Amino acid sequence: MKMSTPPVNNGVNVEALLGARQALTDMPEAAQFKWRATCEWVNGTHSRSSVQSFFGLGTEHSHKTEFKYDADHPAIFASEDKGATPVEYVLVGLASCLTAGIAAIAQNRNIQLRSVKATLEAGMDLQGILGIDSDVRNGFNGIKVTYEIDANAPKADIKALVAQSQRRSAVFDIVTNPTNVTVEVV
Amino acid sequence: MSTVSTGATDVLIIGAGHSGLAMSAWLGAHGIEHAVLERGEIANSWRHERWDSLRLLTPNWQSRLPDYRYAGDDPDGFMAMPEVIQFIRRYASFTGAPVRTDTEVISVRQDGTDYRVMTSQREWRCRAVVMASGANGVANVPALAAALPAGVRRMTAKTYKNPGQLDASGVLIVGASATGLQLADEIQRSGREVTLAVGEHIRMPRTYRGRDVQWWLDAAGILDQKFDEVDDLVRARRIPSPQLVGTPERATLDLNSLTARGVRIAGRLVGVDGRKLQFSGTLRNECAMADLKLTRMLENFDALAAGSTWGASLPPGERHAATRVEDSPPLGLDLASERIGTVMWATGFRPDFSWLQMPVFDPRGRLRHEGGVVTPGLYALGLNFMRRRKSSFIHGAEDDVRELGTHLLGAIGDRPQNALWGQSPISMSVTP
Repeated sequence: MKMSTPPVNNGVNVEALLGARQALTDMPEAAQFKWRATCEWVNGTHSRSSVQSFFGLGTEHSHKTEFKYDADHPAIFASEDKGATPVEYVLVGLASCLTAGIAAIAQNRNIQLRSVKATLEAGMDLQGILGIDSDVRNGFNGIKVTYEIDANAPKADIKALVAQSQRRSAVFDIVTNPTNVTVEVV
Repeated sequence: MSTVSTGATDVLIIGAGHSGLAMSAWLGAHGIEHAVLERGEIANSWRHERWDSLRLLTPNWQSRLPDYRYAGDDPDGFMAMPEVIQFIRRYASFTGAPVRTDTEVISVRQDGTDYRVMTSQREWRCRAVVMASGANGVANVPALAAALPAGVRRMTAKTYKNPGQLDASGVLIVGASATGLQLADEIQRSGREVTLAVGEHIRMPRTYRGRDVQWWLDAAGILDQKFDEVDDLVRARRIPSPQLVGTPERATLDLNSLTARGVRIAGRLVGVDGRKLQFSGTLRNECAMADLKLTRMLENFDALAAGSTWGASLPPGERHAATRVEDSPPLGLDLASERIGTVMWATGFRPDFSWLQMPVFDPRGRLRHEGGVVTPGLYALGLNFMRRRKSSFIHGAEDDVRELGTHLLGAIGDRPQNALWGQSPISMSVTP
């Protein structure tokens, strides 16, 4: 008797992604996207950011709804802790980007995911942002991401999946490579 | 007013290296009139555009051309440049190729169904052109090189000959393919401090279970993979050359052997800000990826051996230690305080088709071709993964030349004749 394996379904439409890749190879101008956010100061270190519109495929788009994010600092920073700290949002961005990539690549490699859990920890020396030691950078001195993945694949294949996700991740690139930042006041 | 008459022939081959000479032999065997235009002398790039210590990355037994092969007493050795030059020069004599040396191609243009080829000697008209000038015409230099401060010496693997060209200061080598690793090893051994910027790379042992890795790649059919059989051909053509070196000791050269010798490794070079070099934080992932792929490759070799008649006689396989990466690899280095006086670009090569005046390039300046066929009558040879993974290897010429030669005959309207090419029972032997 022949056993049939159910088709892999990680909820990712790989055909659409591969189709988009082909279409954008032929039309590089459509591949030019612009991502946006706005941020308004509330009080103290508390601010509220929102994202809704973005540009791509040659036209304006909008998320289904406007997403809002409160950012603040915890009480030990003499703040009111009305939201995650901005640096924690960076970790959220990195984790969600890598995890989305893992799902998509697993689908493409016929790997069925059962659970994927990432734990992130980033070190920071406060002597940087407090101006105590000018040799200490403001940002993270390193980020450690630990994945626990349950899937129908050998450990080596899961490691290769996670490695490839880093290769294809926008946020991984943003945090590992320099980016020119222009800040203007109008 | 020109006093030199226009020459006419059926086919012009550009470049008297191994692949141009192999095509010449094929055309000769089929009675097609042709000439081989060579800007310098036979095997010119091997004579003038390689560093002194370079040896082939392929073992001698693999150095073969149609009806012609290495037959010396060291089949597992690796030819040094003088041996490669002699190997190719003797092949030219063996085939009697009509080579015109010191003839530089200035332009190639379409002219109706013919081609016009302007050279430093005269103008030619022909019915087909074969571009066999090599995959390594120009050394790639990334755009950020322009931001390097004045006073920093810049070199490429084409201008580098030996450490004697360098002053005593440190050297940053950018790129971790075979070239980058070999130069890092040689320059570090010469007493200069080397930093190696490492992006995507292919880790490979020289030998596995007593056989050369090229033997395994051949046995596994990987070198014979066709261009229309791979998922992502653009990527396959851009894969950096595996970290290999040809030495009499058949030694493995990898990042671990370099760091053990004192070479410092950093991530991919991603920026230059004044005197400060910026490196990517992706080093750990790039090394993990290369280690995973190496293990997978060796497992595939084991599976191949297990299913074979010869596998049982091989010694057991060994596994390699994971690539050692320090806890916090450098993200930024100051050129002055690190005393880095030279930046060496080992960032790959690309073919030079600057003389090809036809609309046959993609928006990124790469030659458009289907397995070496640019248009009927215009062909390339020897490019990376052109028709097969082995297309850029010496032994890769034979299959490509046969197929493209057949296409060429169809394009110029001739029928293949009874040729002896590639079927001769007598092989030319070479003892370097």
